[in-house]
Amino acid sequence: MPVVLKTTQLTRRLEGEVPVTLVENADIEIRQGEFIVITGPSGSGKSSLLYLLGLLDVPTSGQIWLNGTETSSYSEDRLADIRLAELGFVFQFHFLLPEFTALENVMLPMRRLGKLSGAKIRKHAEELLDSLGLADQMHKLPRQLSGGQSQRVAIARALANDPLLILADEPTGNLDTASSANVQKILKDLARQGRTIAVVTHDTHFAKTADRVITIVDGKIAAP
Amino acid sequence: MRLLIFIALKHLLARKRQSIVSLLGIILGVAFFLAIASLMRGSEKDFIKRLVDNSPHITISDEFRNPRRQPALLLYPHGAVEIRRVKPVTEIRGIRGYEQILKQIRPMNGVIASPMLAGQALVSFAGKDLGVTLNGMIPAEIRNVSTIEKYMIDGTIDDLLANPDGIVIGQELARKLALVKGENITVSSTAGQSRTFKILGIFRTGRANYDSGQAFVSLKRVQALLNRPNRINSIVVKLQDPYQARQVAADIESRIGYKSLSWQEASEDLMNTLIIRNTIMYTVVSAVLIVAAFGIYNVISTVVMEKLRDISILKSMGFYARDIRRIFLIQGILLGLVGTLIGLPLGSAIMSGMMQIRFKPPGATEIIQMPIDWGWLQFAIASAFAMTASILAALLPARKAAHVQPVDILRGGS
Ligand SMILES: Nc1ncnc2c1ncn2[C@@H]1O[C@H](COP(=O)(O)OP(=O)(O)O)[C@@H](O)[C@H]1O
Ligand SMILES: [Mg+2]
Repeated sequence: MPVVLKTTQLTRRLEGEVPVTLVENADIEIRQGEFIVITGPSGSGKSSLLYLLGLLDVPTSGQIWLNGTETSSYSEDRLADIRLAELGFVFQFHFLLPEFTALENVMLPMRRLGKLSGAKIRKHAEELLDSLGLADQMHKLPRQLSGGQSQRVAIARALANDPLLILADEPTGNLDTASSANVQKILKDLARQGRTIAVVTHDTHFAKTADRVITIVDGKIAAP
Repeated sequence: MRLLIFIALKHLLARKRQSIVSLLGIILGVAFFLAIASLMRGSEKDFIKRLVDNSPHITISDEFRNPRRQPALLLYPHGAVEIRRVKPVTEIRGIRGYEQILKQIRPMNGVIASPMLAGQALVSFAGKDLGVTLNGMIPAEIRNVSTIEKYMIDGTIDDLLANPDGIVIGQELARKLALVKGENITVSSTAGQSRTFKILGIFRTGRANYDSGQAFVSLKRVQALLNRPNRINSIVVKLQDPYQARQVAADIESRIGYKSLSWQEASEDLMNTLIIRNTIMYTVVSAVLIVAAFGIYNVISTVVMEKLRDISILKSMGFYARDIRRIFLIQGILLGLVGTLIGLPLGSAIMSGMMQIRFKPPGATEIIQMPIDWGWLQFAIASAFAMTASILAALLPARKAAHVQPVDILRGGS
């Protein structure tokens, strides 16, 4: 399988009175269709790594290769374009826009991309929500949804533009056991359907189902 | 762009109460700005119109701006001889050779000119004496250079054509001396002459001062009364375009030498007062809008602060920094636009209301209306000012929003 994302000697430091190294010399390769779990102690730099992989943060040194091209020379706008079209994020908190209904939240990335007609965007968003068991919740506002439902809407939103890679940062960290299991099942199903997914989690059970586990300790990748 | 407007609208609608309060600020600001500016502009126009209508556009008087030069100096401008203690000839005051001057200036474009001789005199009737300014004029020409005809309430100036021994007086004077049209009064001058005139007309301008102190008589009679035959002391000029007065006055003065005063120059003090008044007025009404702009700044800043997470998620989703800036700028524009669209009609309503008010200013005998100017300029200025203030108010928080680093916010969690 082709490599979707690759990093070489990826390092992120925060300058300041007390400089902090968030990520140090990380070499990672994610192949298409892989289901990867990133795990490690709290504060070890998992989120920081995920933000770098998701082109949300810029490395201090090292490279990120997306689909074979190096991204360090890309402008902020170009990076935004890639995030829009190629990447899907799910965070620990759903981060849905509170004024928009579930459906509108899912439609948003598609409308921003502007590739499909309005009717098609709506249809696709409805299908996504339906496939995640949210057919009855489409027109509700985020505050009318449970935590698990919100997180599923967030997953639908991440899938909206059919991304190359889905990045999830402790997507079940804030959910009760049942919802947590449900979200994990959805992610595993997506992986089984051929999606490329990298997910940060503390859940050892969940980690066991992954194709590969990357363990981070103190910003460095620990030997398996 | 439609998507950005959609998001901006959602943000405002989600904060209905706050948005409405800031909107009210803009609405009231625009309305007051418009109403006050229109009133000020109206009163200024009204004032200038009165000034232009009721005073000569140019007054040529029997004065020189600079003292006349001695003939010897004129003859030998670079001469070494100096003649001291020269006493100028005593002459009868007045413009000399005015017929000649009139012949010179009358053919000028858009110029109507008529000679006048004004002097002090005493009106006596039934044992009472009152001082008046006697305006000697040519009855056939006066209507072209003065608005006095417009203010006649009894008789006409034209009656003086038929009867050169007629006089036209103001209503106040008539009231004080209990005079009516058709009666005879005796007028005596400081030169010792006196004459009897028949009252042919009565005018009322509404300015009590004028109505009690001015009288109109034919020029020949005044010249005789004041002992100044063939003299006048002013030529009053009306122009087709009053705003040309400055240039035309300068032109006339350079040709004939006598001091020619344009109405603008004559009322320079008043004009300066108008400018100061306008400055104060615009400062005050602008302050209202600036306060309103702070309202907008306040809402949008609050929205930005509350929306850091949403901004981060939009950015992580692929929105550009400038898209984010636009979302918040649009909110300022929307508030400004809606505020203006409601504020202008409200301001117009206030203006209509003010036009219903009638009052009597002190010193006047007429009841007048508030002078409101409905010109588009005030509407344009009010709208432009409101929009600019709204956009500027939104700019700061919008820029702040654009600079939000999603990573900083997302890491923070809930
Ligand atoms: N802006 C920052 N300033 C200082 N320290 C930071 C900052 N952001 C993160 N850190 C620190 O960097 C480390 C890595 O953080 P993070 O990537 O969130 O870890 P994880 O997701 O594995 O819990 C943590 O110890 C955190 O406290
Ligand atoms: Mg984390």
